[in-house]
Amino acid sequence: MSWFVKKRQQKTAVEEKTVRVPEGLWIKCEACKELIYRKELVNTHNVCPKCGYHFRIGVEERLENLMDEGWTTLFSELRSGDPLGFVSTKSYKDQLKKLEQAGETEDAVVVVEGTLSGQPVVTAVMNFDFLAASMGSVVGEKLRLGAERALEKQCPYLIVSCSGGARMQEGTLSLMQMAKVSAALAKLDKAGLPYLSILTDPTTGGVSASYAMLGDLNIAEPKALIGFAGPRVIEQTIKQSLPEGFQRSEFLQTHGMVDKVVTRDHLKDFIAACLAWMTPSPRD
Amino acid sequence: MKDATPEQAMDLSQLEKPVLELEAQIRAMEMDPSQSKEREKLEKKLEKLKAELFTNLTDWQRAQLARHPKRPYTLDYLERICERFEELHGDRRFGDDAAIVAGMGWIEGNPVMVIGQQKGRDTKQKILRNFGMPKPEGYRKALRLMKLAEKFQRPVLCLIDTPGAYPGVDAEERGQAEAIARNLLEMAKLEVPVVAVVLGEGGSGGALALGVADRVLMMENAIYSVISPEGCASILWKDASQAPKAAAALKLTAPHLLELGIIDGIVKEPLGGAHSNFDAAAAALKEAVVEAFSELSELSAEQLVEERYQKFARMGSVG
Ligand SMILES: [Zn+2]
Repeated sequence: MSWFVKKRQQKTAVEEKTVRVPEGLWIKCEACKELIYRKELVNTHNVCPKCGYHFRIGVEERLENLMDEGWTTLFSELRSGDPLGFVSTKSYKDQLKKLEQAGETEDAVVVVEGTLSGQPVVTAVMNFDFLAASMGSVVGEKLRLGAERALEKQCPYLIVSCSGGARMQEGTLSLMQMAKVSAALAKLDKAGLPYLSILTDPTTGGVSASYAMLGDLNIAEPKALIGFAGPRVIEQTIKQSLPEGFQRSEFLQTHGMVDKVVTRDHLKDFIAACLAWMTPSPRD
Repeated sequence: MKDATPEQAMDLSQLEKPVLELEAQIRAMEMDPSQSKEREKLEKKLEKLKAELFTNLTDWQRAQLARHPKRPYTLDYLERICERFEELHGDRRFGDDAAIVAGMGWIEGNPVMVIGQQKGRDTKQKILRNFGMPKPEGYRKALRLMKLAEKFQRPVLCLIDTPGAYPGVDAEERGQAEAIARNLLEMAKLEVPVVAVVLGEGGSGGALALGVADRVLMMENAIYSVISPEGCASILWKDASQAPKAAAALKLTAPHLLELGIIDGIVKEPLGGAHSNFDAAAAALKEAVVEAFSELSELSAEQLVEERYQKFARMGSVG
């Protein structure tokens, strides 16, 4: 084999994708407080045209943004148990049952296999609408199985993170999901396969302190909240208010934790370039 | 190289003066077609003048060329030699050092990890880039990305252009010496081809921390030294103005270092120096880099590491 050949290759093109827009004619931007015509967001991948704020998007839309058409969802059959019989103001079991009845059958992460700009990948996307994308046993197990699937297919693995952290309702078992997923990523790393971590708003707690920070590349959407301790916890502890931009993507890039802040409209092209750079191409 | 005679020891600015004057004269004529004949004559004169002035540079004049404020820097070269470059940031430890730029590049379609020291052009840029003096986080970013290249079996290109590693309190607190030392060790065992080119200044340990490579090249007017001429002069002659003498004594220019077996090749610069024609300088650099990688192309990881070891093992003078 050779390390370097004198030959030109074509760059991959960015694909056009349609974006779903939520109901209602106008929406107020959380960042600049301006009113935005919802239809305008179609063309901007749900990015505020006034200030560039990246609205949180659902799993389907994320997959449509990143993947080529025709992906397959994996491990949908997994369901959360209630190992501690956890009850607070409501019982965890009832909470789960209600979510299932509402059609939320994927827990807080969807894992799919398919292609991204023609390159086979396994992609996991966390779902903030499901208990703030907290990480319990199902999330951990699906992410582990996703890594195993990438290993089997010898293809790259992508995790799009957003999470409030570990799922309290599963106690220390949820803490162990950090170790479980990291161990699966260690296998991928050893096999020389790419793992890209895409950090979106917000990625905090145990998710940030495990797989979200372990990418061969950590790629963040602009201004996403990323950190171990939440800003409110920090403020209460140090009894001071935090500076503007603290724990945001750009702050993490400045502090060496994020390889690159990439806007949503460039994300697919950037990931495709990274994967092309990392994946062995057939050599002459 | 020759000893610096008074005439040759003349500063680069004096040396360049007649060239710049002639160039201005030619530019002024460009508007007027009636003077085209006269202009052609002057252009020929300019070429001749450049050839006279720039073919017998003293070591001190080369040192000044190496640090010329208009000299092309890493990013100037990258935009000319890479079809695409995606910068990556951070050491995953403390920070992102703007004095080192690094990322995924494509050279003639080949994925390459490119890592280079970056100086600033204007005051704002100079401060941002810390005058091209990296801190530990810069060297640790470089190492992290070299390891990434190794994981994905991509060759590494290092572009060296620094007065030296940053001498400051914070850099010492975070282990400047350890960061440099670690790179020397890790680069020695890196299982992918590594090519390093000194673009301008190769300032001591701060340069070597990107310089343990299978092929080390220098631009024709670059310097590579254990200490700056000024630093050397003020220590040994107790007089920084003896820098021209120190420059000659240190043998820090490319021809000397090639002779000493420290570098493997010299990249020819356009007449008048790299700053007189960025495109030509970059084209020469690209050709040399592609050639170097091609030479290493069929070597196994084991061969690369062993030959790299042997190459550095040979360096030194023992009687
Ligand atoms: Zn806005």
